[in-house]
Amino acid sequence: MAAFVVTDSLKLLIGQKEPPIVFKIEEGAIQRYARAVGDSNPLYNDVEYGAQSKWGRVMAPPGFTGWPVAAGFDIFKLFEKLAKAGAPMGLLDGGVEYDFLAPVGAGDVLIAEIKIAGMEGRETKMGPTMVTTLESTYTNQRGAVVLVTRNTFLNF
Amino acid sequence: MAKQIYYEDVEVGSEVTALKKIATTRMLVQYAGASGDFNPLHYEEDFAKNLGVGKPIVHGLLKRAWLVNLMTDWIGQDGKLKKLSCRYRGMDYPRKMKGFDEPHDGETWWCKGKVTKKFIENEAHLVECEIWVENGKGEKNTTGGAVAALPSRAK
Repeated sequence: MAAFVVTDSLKLLIGQKEPPIVFKIEEGAIQRYARAVGDSNPLYNDVEYGAQSKWGRVMAPPGFTGWPVAAGFDIFKLFEKLAKAGAPMGLLDGGVEYDFLAPVGAGDVLIAEIKIAGMEGRETKMGPTMVTTLESTYTNQRGAVVLVTRNTFLNF
Repeated sequence: MAKQIYYEDVEVGSEVTALKKIATTRMLVQYAGASGDFNPLHYEEDFAKNLGVGKPIVHGLLKRAWLVNLMTDWIGQDGKLKKLSCRYRGMDYPRKMKGFDEPHDGETWWCKGKVTKKFIENEAHLVECEIWVENGKGEKNTTGGAVAALPSRAK
C-alpha cells in the first residue's frame, strides 16, 4: 500500500469556486433538524418561545447552516467531478471546523460560496486516500459573513 | 433549562456537563431526512460492507450535532459558541429498533468535555474546551474542540 498521488488534473481544481448559491433558512427545516439531532432547546423548536426571545424568531442551532443541512449545494455532484478527474470513488466524512461569526435564524437569506481548498495524498487504514478540504463562506442578506466552515473528506 | 453559567464559575480542568445520547437506526433515517444527507452508507447494508465499514454507520455529522448540543446546553442562552471542530476517527453503529419508537438494549453514547483554557480577548470572556463523544465501548471516535464566550459577573 502507498499514499495516493494527487494527479495534475485534480490539482487544477484546487482553488476553484463553485457558483454562489442563494437559499433561505426555513423555520420548519430548523425544527425538523433540532428534533432529528435530539436538541430540545426551545429556541430552535418553539415558535412562541422564539418570538418572545431577544431574537424575535426561531433561531438555527450552530451547525444547522453548512453542509449538508442548509448548504445550498449538492456535495455528491462535486465529488462526481473529482472522481472524473481521477479521485478515488470511496467517500467518508473526515471532520469539520466551524467559525460561527453571527447568529442565523428563520427567514434569513444566505449566500453560500464554496471552494476546494486543498487535496492531499495519504495512506490511511482505508488504503491510498486523498484528503479533500472544502472551504465555505456564508453571507446573510445584510452582507455579514455569518459562518466559515472547513469540511474534510476522505476519498479512497 | 439549566441555570446560566458565568466565566467566573469555570476553571481550567472544569468539566462540561456531560450529555447522554443513543443512536438508533430510526434516528439515522430521521437525520438523513432532516439534513438532506442521503448517503446510502447510513442505511444500506451492502453499500456499507462494500465501502469497508462493515455495516451502516452513525453519521459523523450527527455526532458533531451532539457536540454542538453539549456545548450550547452548557454555555446557556447568554453564552455564544464561537468555534467548534471535530474529527471522525472511528465508526459507530446504531442500535436497532424493537418497536416503533423503542430501541433494543445496547450502546449508550456520552458527550463530554473539559475546559483547557480561559482568557479575555477584545472584552470577550472566552473558554476553550476539549470535547469528545465516547461510545459504549469507551472509544472516543469523535474528538474535537470548541471556543465559547461566557457572560461575566464582572460586568
